[in-house]
Amino acid sequence: MFRYLVRRLLWAGVLFIAVTFVTYVIFFLVPANPARLAAGQNATPEHIASVEEFLGLDRPFYVQYYRFLKRLVIEGSLGESFLNRRPVNEEIYNAAPVTASLVFGAMLLVLSVSIPIGILSALRPRSLLDRAAMVYVLVGISLPSFWIALVLSYFIGYRLGWTPIAGYCEVVSVPEASTCGGFVDWAYHMILPWLTLSIVVAGTYVRFIRAEVMETMTQDYVRTARAKGAPERRVMRAHILRNAMLPIVTIIGLDIGILLGGAIFIEQVFGLPGLGTTAINAIGQFDLPVLQGVVIFGAVAIIVFTLIVDLLYAWIDPRIRLT
Amino acid sequence: MATLLEVRDLRTQFTTDDGIVGAVDGVSFKVESGKVLGIVGESGSGKSVTCLTIMGLNDPRATTSTGEVLFRGEDLLKASPRRLREIRGNEIAMIFQDPMTSLNPVHKIGSQLEEALTLHQNVSAKQARARALEMLTAVGIPRPERRIDDYPHQFSGGMRQRVMIAMALINSPDLVIADEPTTALDVTTQAQILALLKRLQEDFGSAVIMITHDLGVVAETADDIVVMYGARIAEQGPVDAIFSQPRHPYTWGLMGSLPRLDVAVERLVQIPGQPPSLLRPPSGCRFHPRCSYAMAKCISDVPPLERLDYDPRHSQACHLDESTKAREAAALLTTFSAAAS
Repeated sequence: MFRYLVRRLLWAGVLFIAVTFVTYVIFFLVPANPARLAAGQNATPEHIASVEEFLGLDRPFYVQYYRFLKRLVIEGSLGESFLNRRPVNEEIYNAAPVTASLVFGAMLLVLSVSIPIGILSALRPRSLLDRAAMVYVLVGISLPSFWIALVLSYFIGYRLGWTPIAGYCEVVSVPEASTCGGFVDWAYHMILPWLTLSIVVAGTYVRFIRAEVMETMTQDYVRTARAKGAPERRVMRAHILRNAMLPIVTIIGLDIGILLGGAIFIEQVFGLPGLGTTAINAIGQFDLPVLQGVVIFGAVAIIVFTLIVDLLYAWIDPRIRLT
Repeated sequence: MATLLEVRDLRTQFTTDDGIVGAVDGVSFKVESGKVLGIVGESGSGKSVTCLTIMGLNDPRATTSTGEVLFRGEDLLKASPRRLREIRGNEIAMIFQDPMTSLNPVHKIGSQLEEALTLHQNVSAKQARARALEMLTAVGIPRPERRIDDYPHQFSGGMRQRVMIAMALINSPDLVIADEPTTALDVTTQAQILALLKRLQEDFGSAVIMITHDLGVVAETADDIVVMYGARIAEQGPVDAIFSQPRHPYTWGLMGSLPRLDVAVERLVQIPGQPPSLLRPPSGCRFHPRCSYAMAKCISDVPPLERLDYDPRHSQACHLDESTKAREAAALLTTFSAAAS
């Protein structure tokens, strides 16, 4: 177990180097000069050159990459924004809870809807509910998330006025200038983003859970449970679901990891200052340190959640040994 | 001896995408308390479905069953799901073919055994565990107090089948249905499991229905034998009658294909062809396409299952006349004894 963890962490380190290196390479392949942007519109060539020197952009990219790594390892700092010199750590620290609110809230909604619907569909394949679920799945998968977000925002937020159209409220550490704050305001503002992300994601989960449950229902040990005289409810809970949930745990973990890197479209439409929005702004302004920060956060989220999934999996399924 | 289970004219049909499959077609037999009935036949002869129907374990949406399954006089085909659950695992228990897949991989052996007990009896967790340990000891699991918290994947096939047997017997059922309990096991393990089943059957006094495709398995354990072919009964009777005076060409085929260590048969006789499709079964006698004695009548008329004049316990369904059958059966048995000497 300990050796397994050590090996996983070493791999995480390798992955981390690879991801950040690739981000650097791609960034320097883009023919644009961040110094020109940072220096302002009417900057002289000399001024731009001095900004380049100040930001370290005059050095070869591998030197820059080395400096970046050194600072990260020694100071634990992701550097400062090219544009406003604010620490990247702070930007990420502010944006990550917004994205996390979106992702965890939506996943909770997804699971509470798709598990019962998936089970009912599996129990009654080709029934009205199953067909309706299938149609919903197709719609959810086919429609782009920004379209769903805009439609919900327009009808529910604007026409009906039931929810805010956009914006985010802090739960804790509410800024003084802010007009809203606290749990209720936070949840109220998150309703539409949650709904949108759930609609996009839940379809796949319904289909997946349905398929897993149907597959598990035909297993011999389920027949054994019935032969013992177990009531259907118990057969489903103790014998079918426990086994059917194994692969589902995997995709939940991976999806959370991926989404934590930023749900760009949904954050944009609802004006959420999350990691997706941060990344978009950073790309638009060639702000490499900030972009790098978001990429690293996303990579770490995926690494952490894959590890959680593996540990959880070994805990649920006794056949798996972590060695 | 009291009749424990009586199956009368049982018919089970499955609705499939290709049409209706008559998996069991007019099957009747009796099981006496404490006795062993062997049901023998090839894959797809309807033997397993017969037993799943008795247990009410077929998919209710795709299955229709008619006839009567009288367990101590109560018709199980008409019983409510709740009543069936009370009987299953308590009064009638089942041992399945493949022990590798029949135990739930995510639950401990002990808790799967205890579940079988606590579903039917109001016992404390401590009592349930003690009983599970007792059963593991009875089926010959070494050091059961250490193995009880293991998971199925930590057990070998033979050990898992012992666990399945322990699970089936934990409530001391009146009837145990064993569906090819040794088919998935090594030959050496097969003999051990059969001996164990025989011993426990005597200790617990349960009646047993032993389903098998191997006549050899039931030769020593069964009191009565039902030979099934193509969803129907070809021949049935007491074990000694079946082995000393087989009266159906299919039974002869099964006997001829038995490998025997004591007999130097030049080669095993095989029954040519494939078991019939139950979706579109052959006309008349279902065995006629594979039968070397087939006559015109066999293609047109279904042979009724009739009692033999000289032995009313023994029935067979074949159009051949009695003198031919007596001659052929005698010839078959002589081959064996001649080769043996």
